[in-house]
Amino acid sequence: MKQAKQKKSGAAVPIMDAEAISRALRRIAHEIIERNPQLTHVVLAGIPSRGVEIARRVAGFVHDIEEINVETGVIDVAMHRDDVGTRSELPMVRESKLPLPLEERTVIIVDDVLFTGRTVRAAMDAINSFGRPARIQLAVLIDRGHRELPIRPDYVGKNLPTSGGEKVQVQLQETDNKPDAVWLGKG
Amino acid sequence: MTAHWIRKDLLGLRELSAGEINFILETADAFKQVGTREIKKVPSLRGKTLVNFFVEPSTRTRTSFELAALRLSADVINLSAITSSLTKGETLKDTARNLQALHADILVLRHSSAGAPQFLANRLKASVINAGDGAHEHPTQALLDLYTIREKRGQIAGLHVAIVGDILFSRVARSNIFGLLKLGARVTLVGPSTLVPREFAKLGVEISHKIDEVLPKADVVNLLRIQHERQRREYFPGIGEYIRFFGLTKERAKLLKPDCLIMHPGPINRGVEIDSEVADGLHSVILDQVTNGLAVRMAVLYLCGGISA
Repeated sequence: MKQAKQKKSGAAVPIMDAEAISRALRRIAHEIIERNPQLTHVVLAGIPSRGVEIARRVAGFVHDIEEINVETGVIDVAMHRDDVGTRSELPMVRESKLPLPLEERTVIIVDDVLFTGRTVRAAMDAINSFGRPARIQLAVLIDRGHRELPIRPDYVGKNLPTSGGEKVQVQLQETDNKPDAVWLGKG
Repeated sequence: MTAHWIRKDLLGLRELSAGEINFILETADAFKQVGTREIKKVPSLRGKTLVNFFVEPSTRTRTSFELAALRLSADVINLSAITSSLTKGETLKDTARNLQALHADILVLRHSSAGAPQFLANRLKASVINAGDGAHEHPTQALLDLYTIREKRGQIAGLHVAIVGDILFSRVARSNIFGLLKLGARVTLVGPSTLVPREFAKLGVEISHKIDEVLPKADVVNLLRIQHERQRREYFPGIGEYIRFFGLTKERAKLLKPDCLIMHPGPINRGVEIDSEVADGLHSVILDQVTNGLAVRMAVLYLCGGISA
């Protein structure tokens, strides 16, 4: 089925498979440990849905390496979009969960793909309504470029230069019910 | 992921599907969390103007809608019949047209005439939210009641809900009946025969005039306010008689199942439909209803107000 689809659109090239994703996230876990001496102050806050799953996996790798349980959380960005009403589709809102208080903590925003940066801006807005963390960092599986805001990631699984019209699709077993993969297709 | 909501207005529960009702309740879960944050504000309706037009007065519902709108960053204007030009003889249609000329995005309307919200919804680009129209519907009250039951009991389907009191004049009862039946609950209406007409059985509910028989079988008891003025004159001999036959007294509360919920849309008449002790007791979730009302109204404003005209 998938082969037929690829032939039709002429695109959808696999960029990463399950093995590559796992190695990238494990490396990110090492980098997080390196840059954050006090892991108990770290919160891996994922943006639903895939960011939450990625945060869970990274926390798992950190635990494998350091035997410390890093806290995880959920940041719903849909509520913090300020373009509601101008969009043809209404984003689905979800409950946010962050451990309180945030004051001494380093919140690491976790998402699957970093593109224009507007989602991350909304995530920082959301975090602000919970409190004022000591630091906010950003971890993404894929950075595809084309930022529209001055936002940069601290941890990147893979840099993937793309053209504006292309489409990057991340699939994770838990969220998409398909094997882990990153696809690059023509939009 | 996108939310599949297509209605610009919320006029009643009768026309909503079970799926739509559940969707509002799920959306309310997300907004309930906002009330626990340090900064209880999200920018979802920033720049939108909401007009609370309470032609029939209310403080509680109006305040709830106002707070919900403010937490969504909307700008709020409050109008009542007195402060509006309805007293100068302006028709409802003209008042609404004027509001539209001011680019009001959302109109929350409470009116003594059934159908007034529908009337305006058909004529305005703005979203119209029914905050109670005559004895017709009060959808957000029923939604917060459903939300509270779901929160405490996990789900609505299969539960037995007793609605007690003045059913005849109650929009809260009607909206609750529609919502509860759609979500699979069993509903029994309890009250004097003058206030619980037999015709209601056609909606698919049971009717009883003997509260002591219903209470031991109920999972939820929703008490409606007895309006002293009207009722005392015409529909039953007196408050004392009502209390004796239908009041949820301390003694009657002993008949309740241990996990039965007691609900009331407020404001409660302590000592009339419910004893003080019972209102403050373990079964009562009356204050949860108020908190949940805020979350549910935020969800409704987000969904209806978020649809571009």
